Amino acid sequence: MGTKKLNAGIYIHIPFCVKKCAYCDFPSFPANEEMKHRYVSALIYEIEHRRWPYEIENIPTIFIGGGTPSSLSVDELGRLIRAVKRTYHVLPNAEFTMEVNPKTVDKEKLIAIRQLGVNRLSIGLQSTIDEELRLLGRIHSFEDFLKTYDDAREAGFTNINFDIIYALPGQGLLSLEKTLRRVTELRPEHISAYSLIIEEGTRFYTLYGDDEKRRQKGERPIALPTEETERAMDRLTKEILEEAGYHRYEISNYARDGFECEHNKVYWTRGSYIGFGISAASLIGDIRCNNGLDMARYIEHGPDFEEHMLTRKEEVEEFMFLGLRMDRGISKKKFEKDLNIPYNDVYRETTDALIRDGLIEEDDDYIRLTEHGRDISNHVLAEFLI
Amino acid sequence: MAIDQSKIRNFCIIAHIDHGKSTLADRIIEKTGLLTSREMQAQVLDNMDLERERGITIKSQAVRIIYKANDGNEYIFNLIDTPGHVDFNYEVSRSLAACDGAILVVDAAQGVEAQTLANVYLALDHDLDVMPVINKIDLPSADPDRVCEEIEDIIGIEATDAPRISAKTGLNVEEVLERIVTDIPAPKGDKDAPLKALIFDSLYDSYKGVIVFCRIMEGTIKPGMRMRMIATGAEADVVEVGYFGAGQFIPCDELPAGMVGYVTASIKNVKDTRVGDTITDANRPCAEALPGYKKVQPMVYCGLYPADAAKYTDLRDALEKLQLNDASLFFEPETSVALGFGFRCGFLGLLHLEIIQERLEREYNLDLVTTAPGVVYKVHKMNGEVIELTNPSNLPDPSEIEYMEEPIVNAEVMVSSEYVGAIMDLCQERRGKYISMEYIEQTRALLKYELPLNEIIYDFFDALKSRSRGYASFDYEIKGYEKSDLVKLDILVNREEVDALSFIVFSGTAYERGRKMCEKLKEEIPRHLFEIPIQAAIGGKVIARETVKAMRKDVLAKCYGGDITRKRKLLDKQKEGKKRMREIGNVEIPQEAFMSVLKLDEE
Repeated sequence: MGTKKLNAGIYIHIPFCVKKCAYCDFPSFPANEEMKHRYVSALIYEIEHRRWPYEIENIPTIFIGGGTPSSLSVDELGRLIRAVKRTYHVLPNAEFTMEVNPKTVDKEKLIAIRQLGVNRLSIGLQSTIDEELRLLGRIHSFEDFLKTYDDAREAGFTNINFDIIYALPGQGLLSLEKTLRRVTELRPEHISAYSLIIEEGTRFYTLYGDDEKRRQKGERPIALPTEETERAMDRLTKEILEEAGYHRYEISNYARDGFECEHNKVYWTRGSYIGFGISAASLIGDIRCNNGLDMARYIEHGPDFEEHMLTRKEEVEEFMFLGLRMDRGISKKKFEKDLNIPYNDVYRETTDALIRDGLIEEDDDYIRLTEHGRDISNHVLAEFLI
Repeated sequence: MAIDQSKIRNFCIIAHIDHGKSTLADRIIEKTGLLTSREMQAQVLDNMDLERERGITIKSQAVRIIYKANDGNEYIFNLIDTPGHVDFNYEVSRSLAACDGAILVVDAAQGVEAQTLANVYLALDHDLDVMPVINKIDLPSADPDRVCEEIEDIIGIEATDAPRISAKTGLNVEEVLERIVTDIPAPKGDKDAPLKALIFDSLYDSYKGVIVFCRIMEGTIKPGMRMRMIATGAEADVVEVGYFGAGQFIPCDELPAGMVGYVTASIKNVKDTRVGDTITDANRPCAEALPGYKKVQPMVYCGLYPADAAKYTDLRDALEKLQLNDASLFFEPETSVALGFGFRCGFLGLLHLEIIQERLEREYNLDLVTTAPGVVYKVHKMNGEVIELTNPSNLPDPSEIEYMEEPIVNAEVMVSSEYVGAIMDLCQERRGKYISMEYIEQTRALLKYELPLNEIIYDFFDALKSRSRGYASFDYEIKGYEKSDLVKLDILVNREEVDALSFIVFSGTAYERGRKMCEKLKEEIPRHLFEIPIQAAIGGKVIARETVKAMRKDVLAKCYGGDITRKRKLLDKQKEGKKRMREIGNVEIPQEAFMSVLKLDEE
């Protein structure tokens, strides 16, 4: 064990949901109460016994994600959160997020969650159009969502995120605009707006996988929006949300002033974080770690995990391809401070070429993606691999 | 130790591919006790990994074995394994010339095939006694009686008492050994006459230099002699002579007339020891060389370029090393606007090309970009000059060309009668000229066609197999050159001509090929930030066009819960893809695209 002391965010993965959504490829599935109980017990064991390569001093952020963490009972959530608090030093003003889905919580449960210390909610809305919610395989209507949102406000939550997904099969700009307008009227503090990815192994992949391949080849898709429409949707999202007082700070994340998600920013800025539960990922200093996916093994033996000490090259690349997702971009000064290499020695040529192509822009300290660069970010980010 | 010439048997095994030639050779070696079956790696004679993997013999190999026959005498068997592929026909003919007899292996289920015939004719041309053996009688579908009849009817050699064996199980292989003693003649030749030896192969060994495989026809060769290769004129002092153990060279004092063995001398390059050439004693030369020497000419050419320009020297070194062992490999430096510095390489055929390419990639760890293979065209210019064109880029301006000629082959296809129609269609599509058809038995026909070589070097074998469900066999030999209406098809990517993608094509099929080429390239070339037109043109006139759409938007990988694995993979893949690209103008073209012309008939 090293002597270096680090602050680290905590991520806890709850792989349970009421019903698998059509687009979801996260480790998540329906389970009975006994299974949930055994999983939480295994989580507590991991939280209490897992040793990290560096000593962890304070916890500035916690994020309980899934799956649907709110599908756990208050008792189970209580056991879990108490274990975190007695094992780690959670800072008093820490940001503490939990994901909830409509129809899995009521006001009473939300009050209880609030009392456990959770101070930020991320609600899976996805769309305000019921037809689209059905298409996505969600178990709730917009009405159900509104109920959950009201309950959350009444339970005292003052920092709430909505997740929305766009570029759905058959979706047009008008329907997205409708969702965006309704969302801004509700005034959440934060909005995550993701364009749909057709992931292998999902029901959507079976239905739209071929369509997606067609689209990637530059051909006209049948059900999915064309690339032009998707790009217009990105623009529309930014326009409507900015108009309503939300600034974009990362490719898919918008916040009112003062409400950016601190936990997510840890990921993009390569801060340390430790993950518990199946499939959870960690970065501690220069070591990345991924827990295995096997639920049965996790419950019986704790996590099987793979550790990888990052090479200097990998650290440099990560700094760029993660940092450039943020709107403000990456700071060359921070690059040089964190990595101890002059930025220009590594990336001057790449940077100039990308500026020439209008894909990134540069000022005294920061390098950031242009709107065009953001459209084809993989293409740009791949250029920063050495 | 004096060698009794009457106790020597020099023979080879000939067969259609897959009829069990190498297996029988292995079994003979095993039965004579040269190796125990435990030591036998399956197919001893096929040394190269590639040979074992593909189940083919690329280089000639030889082995000397001692057999104690039923008559109580010990015999020396020199078994020469020959390459089985039409690309290496000349090597086969030289190997045969080193023998006195041939064992003809015929599959008891498949019967006589196109290469069976071709090989038998070749053997008879060399006055070899052909001894048929019916193999694979353990197969459920074996019909040795029918095959026996076929051999007699089609080939016209006596086969009633041919050994019926299973080389795989070893059944009746002893009978073959006895028959080698009784049916194959002993060599002749005067061991005191001036030296006359036939080179049937050579290889380069980094310790011994060039090792020449030869058959002594007259005289005796021994260390210390000054030897001369009659055709190349090269001379060298003999350092060592010997015979072939299994997988090793065993030195001996001398090789007298009738023997097969090897010679090492201070020869640095296999080019000096051409297959088919005659070795003689420089101080007491023979009156005339052995007949039949010819310099093998490459039939198929393509450009080979290092994927990484910095590896140019490595590629040259590797080609030089391969050439040490393969005098039929030709290469010379060439420059392509698109691909930079590389080599124009000549091969005996497409299989030969593939083998060299694979060896360069595997044994020398080189990443190659290969341009479409083509044949050698003869371009007759207005001014009377004739150019042998191996690279389409060098085609003179059409106004300077009077006419062009392309190589034509005589092809023989043996096929079950039900597929005759399909095969005739195929030959027709490939611009074949029908010569004749004869039924060699009720259900099988022998089709003879003249076909342009450039129509068969690509995927003719595959097409033949698929259209006949595997029931067609094929053999060909070069007939000569014929006048033909040919044009150069140019490919423009983003309005820039890509020299490495040009190819020569029959004008009647140019439009079709151009269209398919554009479609194929559209598949191969990834999307860029801008739109890329792909055009096919003949003499500046565009005949086909496709467009690679501009990239407008790409998929964002999730980094959920801080798991960046997927993002990293996606970006790595993108980056890896780029590495395998060639930048032409401002368009990145994947290496595979340069072989697109080969895949035009897919689907």
